[in-house]
Amino acid sequence: MLTVKELNSFYGKSHILHGVDMYVGEGEIVSLLGRNGVGRSTTIKSIMGQVDCTGSIKFKDRELCGKPAYVISREGLGYVPENRDIFPAITVKQNLLLGMKSGIVNERWTMDDMFDMFPQLRDRSEAPAGVLSGGEQQMLTLCRTLMGDPDLVMIDEPTEGLAPKIVEQMAVLFEEIKKRGISIVLVEQKLTIALRISTRVYVMGHGQIVFEGTPSQLSENESVRKEWLEVTG
Amino acid sequence: MLSSGLTLIFSMMGVLNFAHASFYMLGAYAAYQVGYFTGFWPALFLAPILVGAIGAVVERYGLRTVHKFGHVAELLFTFGLAYVIEEIVHLIWGRAPVDYRVPASLDFTIFTIFTTQYPAYRAFMMAISVSMLIGLYLMLTKTRIGLIVQASLTHPDMVEALGHNVPRVFMFVFAGGAALAGLAGVLGGNLFITEPGMAFAVGTIIFVVVVFGGMGSLPGAFVASLLIGTIQTFSVALDYSFVNLMHLVGLEITSESMFYGLSTITLSQLAPVLPYMLLVLMLIFRPSGLMGNRET
Repeated sequence: MLTVKELNSFYGKSHILHGVDMYVGEGEIVSLLGRNGVGRSTTIKSIMGQVDCTGSIKFKDRELCGKPAYVISREGLGYVPENRDIFPAITVKQNLLLGMKSGIVNERWTMDDMFDMFPQLRDRSEAPAGVLSGGEQQMLTLCRTLMGDPDLVMIDEPTEGLAPKIVEQMAVLFEEIKKRGISIVLVEQKLTIALRISTRVYVMGHGQIVFEGTPSQLSENESVRKEWLEVTG
Repeated sequence: MLSSGLTLIFSMMGVLNFAHASFYMLGAYAAYQVGYFTGFWPALFLAPILVGAIGAVVERYGLRTVHKFGHVAELLFTFGLAYVIEEIVHLIWGRAPVDYRVPASLDFTIFTIFTTQYPAYRAFMMAISVSMLIGLYLMLTKTRIGLIVQASLTHPDMVEALGHNVPRVFMFVFAGGAALAGLAGVLGGNLFITEPGMAFAVGTIIFVVVVFGGMGSLPGAFVASLLIGTIQTFSVALDYSFVNLMHLVGLEITSESMFYGLSTITLSQLAPVLPYMLLVLMLIFRPSGLMGNRET
């Protein structure tokens, strides 16, 4: 569904990604793992058209590299940023409305689906989004992206700084998303979650993919975990 | 209204548009030219649309190209544009004022206060400004398009990632701001004088209004424009000075007193400076402006 080949990305003159190759199939949950600063977020930002890049990004056989972000989004790619970019001044409901794309009918999700999954959002639907807690804002960003009916969502650090209870809610939502036939690319720090729900994982280091395999293969491969994932003093 | 257009453009795009007053002038000339063939009423609608279209072209092929070079480049661009527009006006309509008049149907006095006659045309201007403002406010807060515009202002990258064509949104906002300036020109051009210097004449005062009302606040700009407009209008007609004020509280100032010369300056003499004095006071006591939410 999504095929990335020889992806090189740049922030100004700094070369961040050095030839990333990856593949995401239909209905898969694929995790991008690695320490901070190895280029995981840059990878999905490049796919989303927010960072200058060269190489090939094919989604449903259409080349996306170099296209503006709104075109990429309208092709069916969804992006949930790490910094929970909600629109704080307008209400929760209006935030969700903005997720919908003009001219595209969302047959997969309704606003009620969102409220059923996250009752907290229904209770606060008329409140300005800025007053929500961190966890609620994370749910809102995710739901807002789903309102645009993407076929693949890329989610950056969704569980960072959230209470365990909300993290659990998130994991349930990912399963629900997968059930509706949507692929997920997950950038995640918490190994336990990533290993539990992913179909495949990529490990990144120094702007490259250094490991590719199933969660169980990663669990067995101690040297990869030691070299690229564990934080040692 | 002129200021609301500027506020819209400024707050939306962070572009300080020096050419804004030129769109105002274009509005007046366009209304004169269109009105020459069709009369005032169709021109009232057609001229702002025309100016808005020019604004869209300026944004699409001018501003957007220089945008990547930063704010200074944008500033210089609009600054240069103001001169270009002025020269174009010279070329087409010449240096002398054109004969653009208040329509006869609105040319009478509605009421009189403080010996100032209030012409019906001004009331008409006011009615149009207020309805424009209410319309604009409703559109920005109640419609989906308004929501997209508002969100693009603070989070352009995110809005684009949600599949909205943000560059096009910016183009329409700029065009809208230009059209508002154009409408102000249509209404103001015949009340004052339609001549090539008119852009320069209002250029500074609209910035005063925007800063006074608070950067990026539409209601602020509206209240400020009313306030400054009224203060200026009435102070021109009031022949009071500091001497009169002191006389009221029982003190007499004579030609022997200190600062006698200063004290005899009348309010009407001060009228042109008053907005700037107010601006200074505002910046001292409330730097964010009347209703603004960021520091100027």
